[in-house]
Amino acid sequence: MNHSLQIPGNILFDGPMATKGYPLNKMCFSFNQAESRAEFLADEEAYYEKFNLSEAQRQVMRDRDVIAMLETGGSIYYLAKFAGILGLNVQDVGGLQTGMTTEEFKAFLVKQGEV
Amino acid sequence: MAHILGGIATSHIPAIGVAMDKGLEQAPYWKGFFDAYPPVRQWLYAQQPDIAVIFYNDHGLEFFHDRKPTFAIGAADKYENADEGWGIAEIPPVTGETQLSWHIINELIDNDFDITVCQEMKVDHGLTVPLTLMWPGHQYGHIKVIPIAINCERHPMPKPSRCYDLGKAIGEAIRSFSGDQNVVVFGTGGLSHQLDGQRAGFINKPFDLYCMEKIVDEPEVLTKLSNYDLVEKGGSQGVELNMWLAMRGTLQGASQLTELHRSYHLPISNTGAGLQLLATEEAVTN
Repeated sequence: MNHSLQIPGNILFDGPMATKGYPLNKMCFSFNQAESRAEFLADEEAYYEKFNLSEAQRQVMRDRDVIAMLETGGSIYYLAKFAGILGLNVQDVGGLQTGMTTEEFKAFLVKQGEV
Repeated sequence: MAHILGGIATSHIPAIGVAMDKGLEQAPYWKGFFDAYPPVRQWLYAQQPDIAVIFYNDHGLEFFHDRKPTFAIGAADKYENADEGWGIAEIPPVTGETQLSWHIINELIDNDFDITVCQEMKVDHGLTVPLTLMWPGHQYGHIKVIPIAINCERHPMPKPSRCYDLGKAIGEAIRSFSGDQNVVVFGTGGLSHQLDGQRAGFINKPFDLYCMEKIVDEPEVLTKLSNYDLVEKGGSQGVELNMWLAMRGTLQGASQLTELHRSYHLPISNTGAGLQLLATEEAVTN
């Protein structure tokens, strides 16, 4: 596979990204447990410390900036679990990444069937 | 020898499970999608398979990055589902099987597929949503499931051609098993979708329809694609086509295939959702 070819708007999740994102993804993996979700909500900063997130990762989490989470090594599989804590579904997350409202994003999905 | 009755390819989007829990199958958004399923369910009821081999990808329930197998197979009497973190209801345990599993494992290793073997593994929506779709009301306890997980998350991931060859080796293993069980094989996931990045929401209907056409009689055409091609044409999660190719590979030893169902519905959640049924000559004809 040729990793040098970029697909616009696509952040390829490969080995180096998995290395960079490991603490962030490990934290979000913990959100499979209800008690971990509650612990995060009770004290986000302490939870970042517990998983040893980099300062950049803590900031993108504080900012709820999904694209920046991906750029700091986040994998969408685990970020989806974080989104669940915030009550967001994948259309909400799609809107956040593309600058659309959720309704605009849903309309965009429908439009691609009209070909 | 055990018999492969056919292969079914289906979406495994978690929202489908949520919709079924809420009884939304006839709601306007969902009706077109769910209306495609009864003919496939009826075929399954008529065939009465004993075992379902299910190719799926784990989305961070059983496997985290600390140890993420490229290919993994279950050899357990039972598989549990569990909380995935964002609200899909857990389903009752899935019945497992060990004799055919171990036979497949032996044959795979003999054929240079050094697969990870799991005697305990939690199965996520990638496997449970297709089961729930085929046997609504959680009436799947009689089916013995052999889960086979393929990494579709972190590159590097197995090539389409390799997934197809894995399927071929598993098909040969099933047909060489001394039992007389009837087996159905599932390829789950897809079709085109992208959840992450500024490109989120990308769906490629023409490509999806092309894949559903080619997988019937010319699957080799699809195995010439790279994972990069799949990301480009089908979105970052479009690599789930690899599970469809593994399913199709298991049917390659069958002398004649009959396509009994093909449907496509867009969008379901962020995806183009396909459903396809390919029967072998081993299947009971009505």
